[in-house]
Amino acid sequence: MLVFFGRRLLVALLVTLTVLTVSFALTRLSGDLAIAIAGPQATEQDIIIIRKAYGLDRPVVVQFVDWVVSAASGDLGRSYIYHEPVARLIKDRLPVTLTLGLTGLLIAMATAIPIGILAAMREGTLFDRGIMMIAVIGQAMPSFWLGLLLIITFGLKLGWLPISGVDEWDGYVLPGIVLAFAAIPAMMRLTRSGMVDALASDYIRTARAKGLSRASIVLKHALRNAAMPVVAVAAVQLGFMLSGSVVIESVFALHGVGYLGWESISKNDFPVVQAVVLFLAVVYIFLTLMADLLNAFLDPRLRTS
Amino acid sequence: MSIRQIAGTLGAIIVFGVALMAIFAPLLVPHDPFAQDLNLRLVPPSFMDGGQPDHFLGTDQLGRDYFSRLIYGARISMLIGVATVITSGLIGITLGMLGGFLGGRADMVVMFIITCRLSIPLILVALAVVSLVGSSLTVVVLTLGLLLWERFAVVTRTTVMQVRTLDYVSAAWAAGCSRTHILLREILPNIVHHLVVVATLEMAIAILLEAALSFLGLGVPPPLPSWGLMISEAKDYMFFSPWVIMVPGISLFILVLGINFLGDALRDFLGATRDA
Repeated sequence: MLVFFGRRLLVALLVTLTVLTVSFALTRLSGDLAIAIAGPQATEQDIIIIRKAYGLDRPVVVQFVDWVVSAASGDLGRSYIYHEPVARLIKDRLPVTLTLGLTGLLIAMATAIPIGILAAMREGTLFDRGIMMIAVIGQAMPSFWLGLLLIITFGLKLGWLPISGVDEWDGYVLPGIVLAFAAIPAMMRLTRSGMVDALASDYIRTARAKGLSRASIVLKHALRNAAMPVVAVAAVQLGFMLSGSVVIESVFALHGVGYLGWESISKNDFPVVQAVVLFLAVVYIFLTLMADLLNAFLDPRLRTS
Repeated sequence: MSIRQIAGTLGAIIVFGVALMAIFAPLLVPHDPFAQDLNLRLVPPSFMDGGQPDHFLGTDQLGRDYFSRLIYGARISMLIGVATVITSGLIGITLGMLGGFLGGRADMVVMFIITCRLSIPLILVALAVVSLVGSSLTVVVLTLGLLLWERFAVVTRTTVMQVRTLDYVSAAWAAGCSRTHILLREILPNIVHHLVVVATLEMAIAILLEAALSFLGLGVPPPLPSWGLMISEAKDYMFFSPWVIMVPGISLFILVLGINFLGDALRDFLGATRDA
């Protein structure tokens, strides 16, 4: 177990380092950052001053090492636009994105798991096939468009929920639904296939033979075994949701980390772009690491491979 | 016919229909999709109140014929879908074949590259690249192609591993065939049906992503009639004229649904797996 843990941690660190390099290289693709920061009206003199002020006149390798070293110590640089430390910008906006992600995950699990169980109990019936068909249809829905439709229907026509911002808790409902929508099909399929396997197993036959109630068999015996992969996938889905929140946050004007990233990209605020990419990547790497360890902990066979 | 067969047929009709629409766009459009007419802004579709028979799906905020823009938009979506699949397919299949066929260290490297790619926040990085390099159709295709190959790589790797120990591959080794010959002539033809199914899924994802990028203003540049860009440009008017976002949105939805239906039908028909 310890060897598995160590190896997995090493891979996670290497991946982080690679993503770090990629996100740094990304902002150097454009050629001269100083020209982009200075804006179209800048003179030759301004650009030289800016290049010096931001340390862009140093060799790229020196800049990279400098950035990595300070990033490792928690200093992600300063925003060109907000003139604040990037770490603080991200920290201020994290609660919105995290709440949104967790709301989405909660809605997704509350929908996908019961439907998956019902589909598995009625395997092969019209209900089962109908549900799977709906999953395919749902996957074809562009998320930003679904968001706009919900805004028109529930925000404007019915007036039930706010159409933007999160001054109250109910501001998270519509964006949460949109975010959940993308995760539901995968989770539902997984719950269904896990339950189909579990329901066909020997211990379920034993439970039936013992005369246990149907509810007890399905919920206590089968679900406990089918739930493990679903929990692991939920962690990974949360990672995808956090990085997918770029689109949703801008549709609903939520000022979270995704919105910050998008805003910084359109304003050429490169330290923030670098940091947000790195931050979302690290969150994803952490979540998948946790999911892997959880799986290995629950299923000893995985540790040896 | 079962539900699945009906869905598959429907999918094929939709995909080929949109493809034909894209190819013959200049012959089909009633108006120039770029011609503005500021006297005729936001005219509703002809079947709604206040519509004009001349503009079947109405006009946009600059008075451009919506139906004509929609048909030209099919070109962009199909082009993005096909070109991205080709680019990402080349990258992903090459990586997957190397990892699955060589195994050992090479496979570890391939798995590492796949893990790195999965850790990179897709939309944010795509937005950043398009913003830095400058938005154009080519840039969007290349960006998506360079980012969307991981499913190809995973499926290729797994299927190559399943196939490489089979008898006909051993027979080819015994017959003295070269590695390249075995990979391209023996293994590739026997996994290609899995890859066709991945291609449909990848095409749907690419089309949705292009729409999302264009919606955020960092995809295909205006005045090109990308469906995502049409939704983005129209969203300020959606409260008073909801059809302006319905028309391109429904088109996107139907096209992606058609591709997914076709993909599912191909999977059933070819006996391939679609999941990684």
